[in-house]
Amino acid sequence: MSLADLKLRLAQSQGLIIAVVVFVLMFTLYIANHPAGLTVPVVTTAANKAVLLALVSMAQTLPVLTGGLDLSVGMVFVMTNCLASTLVSGSPLEVALGIVVVLLAGAAAGFVNGAIVVYGRLQPIITTLATGAVYYGIALLLRPVPGGEVQEDLADFMTWTVFDTVPTSLLLLLAVVLLVWLPFRNSVVGRGCYAVGSAEGAAYMSGLPVGRSRLAAFTLSGLLAGIAGLMLTFVTFSGEASAPIGGTYTLNSIAAVVIGGTSLYGGAGGAIGSIFGAFILRTIDDLLFVFDLPPLWQPLFQGVVLLGAVSLGAARVFRIRNRLELFN
Amino acid sequence: MTHEVVTEAQAPLPHRATPFWQMHGITKRYGGILALDDVDFACERGEIHAVLGENGAGKSTLIKIAAGVVTPSEGKLMLEGHEVGFATPQEANAAGIVCIFQELSLMPDLSVADNICMANPPGRFGFINHRAQRRRAEALLARVGCEDVNPLELVKNLPLSRRQMVEIAKALGREPRMLILDEATSALTAADVGKVYGILRDLRRDGLAILYISHRMHEIEELADTCSVFRNGRHIETFAKGARSDNEIIRLMIGREYTQVYPPKPAHREPPPPALTVKDLSWGRRLKNVSLNVGKGEIVGLGGLDGQGQRELLLALFGVLRGVSGAVEVDGKAARLSSPGQAKSDRIRMALIPEDRKSEGLLLPMSVRDNISMASIGRFTQGPGGMFIDRARQDARIDEMVARLSIKCGDTDSPVGTLSGGNQQKVVIAKWLMTEARVILLNDPTRGIDVGTKQEIYQLLRELADAGTAILFYTTDYDELIGCCDRVSIMYDGGIVRELKGEAINEENILSSALNIDLNTGPNQPAAAGEPRA
Repeated sequence: MSLADLKLRLAQSQGLIIAVVVFVLMFTLYIANHPAGLTVPVVTTAANKAVLLALVSMAQTLPVLTGGLDLSVGMVFVMTNCLASTLVSGSPLEVALGIVVVLLAGAAAGFVNGAIVVYGRLQPIITTLATGAVYYGIALLLRPVPGGEVQEDLADFMTWTVFDTVPTSLLLLLAVVLLVWLPFRNSVVGRGCYAVGSAEGAAYMSGLPVGRSRLAAFTLSGLLAGIAGLMLTFVTFSGEASAPIGGTYTLNSIAAVVIGGTSLYGGAGGAIGSIFGAFILRTIDDLLFVFDLPPLWQPLFQGVVLLGAVSLGAARVFRIRNRLELFN
Repeated sequence: MTHEVVTEAQAPLPHRATPFWQMHGITKRYGGILALDDVDFACERGEIHAVLGENGAGKSTLIKIAAGVVTPSEGKLMLEGHEVGFATPQEANAAGIVCIFQELSLMPDLSVADNICMANPPGRFGFINHRAQRRRAEALLARVGCEDVNPLELVKNLPLSRRQMVEIAKALGREPRMLILDEATSALTAADVGKVYGILRDLRRDGLAILYISHRMHEIEELADTCSVFRNGRHIETFAKGARSDNEIIRLMIGREYTQVYPPKPAHREPPPPALTVKDLSWGRRLKNVSLNVGKGEIVGLGGLDGQGQRELLLALFGVLRGVSGAVEVDGKAARLSSPGQAKSDRIRMALIPEDRKSEGLLLPMSVRDNISMASIGRFTQGPGGMFIDRARQDARIDEMVARLSIKCGDTDSPVGTLSGGNQQKVVIAKWLMTEARVILLNDPTRGIDVGTKQEIYQLLRELADAGTAILFYTTDYDELIGCCDRVSIMYDGGIVRELKGEAINEENILSSALNIDLNTGPNQPAAAGEPRA
């Protein structure tokens, strides 16, 4: 790759690079001020919390890339959590079958979103607001009160480490990136999603299957939210139909997507940026913890840091000398 | 329908009993509107077939049907004598019909290579082979003479003229048997237009059928083998190039006698008092010490190759650019222009008719009425502190404008997006006439507009000038510089290299100054500083 190519690549992944740098700085600050320092338990605890939001943020990234927000990812997350807390237990065969059903349920929820958006020609934001309520309703029916169980050995393994060094949850995230995200990004359908988000009319005129691309994006989004729901079950050992959890994860996933450099207009960005966006959001909480801020100050501080992080990505505005470009 | 084609450049093809592409009795209705009315049309391989007609003549509908974007209400399509039907652009592509549309079909956030290989990327099992894709993009870019474009660059970072070349490369990558170009050269630089001509001639020799839609008569003269004229959704006539004179063709297109394109220029006179004076205007590396003046009642043309700073000059004057140095005076008063709002204020009263009417000129979903009043709402207020809009007074002025510009719209309350291109552009002009501007800046206002509307716009500009308005008119069409302008300033590399007046405004002078060469010292000698300016 020539120098000019490298420059272009760097310029095009500016959002991702900023997110990685900001995360590394924040996490270093966190570890430096943590009483225990860089130890396996500290990292594993941080990873387990961060991976949940990272997976939900990856799920959010796909609809955003096609140019629409998905307000139901948090609810699919909660619904699959409740489903997993009833299915993923018993014999190894039952556990395996349960996992498959949970993931299929997530994908099905995403497929329904996509089908309504594509064939019903409705706005994603309002469609998923409605279907999100439906998925929450299903979660409530599955688990009216918190509880349930999950295969404990598996849960322990998933929330602990491999060879006592690397958190299993991080490996799961890596596997999702390598086996789901990267193949998707390099596939014809995946590029179709970028094309649809960038200019839907042009994508159609280029002979792309516009509807199928969008449907794939939503379905994969549901699957990723389902993986996150499964992971939540391993972390909490139970299921809970919690509207606050669903809502918080949905909104934080949007923030993570933006911090990670994906354009809310669609067409540019990617899920890896969103992972680091999620890590940044999580590290804010951890920083507040190690610096021992009074709890009353936390939401305010969180908001300020979030604004700062988003502003970094918008700094290009100061370099614009043709005011018309502000609107593009 | 067969016709003899008289072009010596054309390779002899075996005579076919059935034409390559035929459309029989095609009718297309949109609601109550008849876009195409029982049209028969045929196109052969190895010919460049020009489709002519005003905006709204049915050309767009015709090619949209061929490209699978629109399905006809009646009639049948025949490819090599077999009946075909396309439900989507993909199906038309699969049959070898590829269209380059006027609205670019590129995805701005994706790379050039992604865009070029969008429809059929190299690779296996649904995964894209990026290396192969890049090689293919490089080969196609080289084919259209754009080796300077990096395939990794995002399309949105390319200038419009490069994007159009990428669009052509993309179309060639689909291995068309019939290529349709809809105003494909409207945004190209003169050098690129030449390249495109060369490519099209090569493709013709390779036996492609080429449908070519353009509003530029000289392009048709240069390229076409056969011409078909459309008017009001009907196919009027098909003839071999040269069989009809320009005037006859234009008469067929507009259905009436074509008298004179440009209104007469006023006789030579004393230089008028300056209305707009620009001194040493600079902006980064794009504008270099530009000085010019436009007198009251004068039309001054801005010429030169595309992208020499003409657009930036107009945007700088209108307060869109940041960090501009130099002095601007309007009617002798110093004007500090830091926003379009200020430029149009009562003190200055400047107007800019922008280049892209769809994104910078119009609010497409809003009504014709709202669009026309958009820039002048402040002039029609009443009540305490001018809080309310005086609808009656405003509507009377709007109706006056619609009548004056003969804007054809069913109802001034219908969305402006439903109007034809020419009428949309008239709405943009009406919007700025409402502000009673003293200085009007025009940025290539006739691009993609039909002959009839163009003529009306020329007439209007002259009327405005006669009423004392100062007009600075940038156009990529040399004919307009010659026909419309009292003086012409040619820009090159961000500066004005030459000013032409009176008889000196001719194609030879414009072209040589645009290329910054002095014809007297030889074609390849770049002039040191152009001729001294008046």
